[in-house]
Amino acid sequence: MDATLIRRFIEATQNVFGTMLQSTVSFGKPGPTGQIRSVGDVSGIIGFSGDVAGAAVIRMPMDTATKVVESFCGQPFGPDSEDFADAIGEIANMICGSAKSNLNSSCVNISCPQVVVGKDHKVQKPSDAVCITIPCNAPQGPFSIEISIRAAAATSSAGSSPHAAAG
Amino acid sequence: MRVMLVDDSKTIRRIQRSILEQLGYTEIEEACDGQDALSRVAAFQPNLILLDWNMPNMDGITFLKAFRQKDAATPVIMVTTESEKTRVIEAIRAGVNNYVVKPFTPDILQQRIKETLEKCKAAA
Repeated sequence: MDATLIRRFIEATQNVFGTMLQSTVSFGKPGPTGQIRSVGDVSGIIGFSGDVAGAAVIRMPMDTATKVVESFCGQPFGPDSEDFADAIGEIANMICGSAKSNLNSSCVNISCPQVVVGKDHKVQKPSDAVCITIPCNAPQGPFSIEISIRAAAATSSAGSSPHAAAG
Repeated sequence: MRVMLVDDSKTIRRIQRSILEQLGYTEIEEACDGQDALSRVAAFQPNLILLDWNMPNMDGITFLKAFRQKDAATPVIMVTTESEKTRVIEAIRAGVNNYVVKPFTPDILQQRIKETLEKCKAAA
């Protein structure tokens, strides 16, 4: 996977957390998804299409997600609340939107966010995609960004999101 | 001063509402996508619209093109993650008056709202 893409996601995450949550995020060494342990009780998923096709998943343990939502909204919301999913989806949207805007490609579209809540669920990636996990650590707790990108072939519409399953 | 917020994220609408209230604007209408906004705009008659780009059902740029056929004057500020030059040009051509890239600080949004309203007032 192009290192520039990974760098753009790191910059976008720093920007979103810094601007909207007044928080600084540190990053571990990115590696192949599966080799890096990441807990996913809450996932914000965005699909990419066009010059870059695939998806990005912002995965958080429940404790991190709860604190992130409270920092972002200025008030706590439980995981069953519509506001909880909305906030996680918007954070995923801003990170992915900001990352794709920095790719210097005029033809990348992003899907509307999807949010999955379920204890330690798995997010199945397309078999033909290259998948990288970026470990992240915010004051609200650890989380990860999983990027799965298919070969450069353009697709007609956004939304090549992976499938989630409770596990 | 009537302001319409068009964004599919309730969280973003809540943040925008809070910023507008700090500016003294309390007459605020919310719409969750372009279609919803089109159905409310005639009755609400906004003096300013804050508009997201990527939304389900009808996106912001489609709403803007439809809205501008009937109303060329009401200022519209696009508030979006879309920051590529080509997208900004597309939005300006469709009739947007100003542009705010997400993520944004309250100061930036307040500043853009003030300068947009001042420019439109001066041009009237």
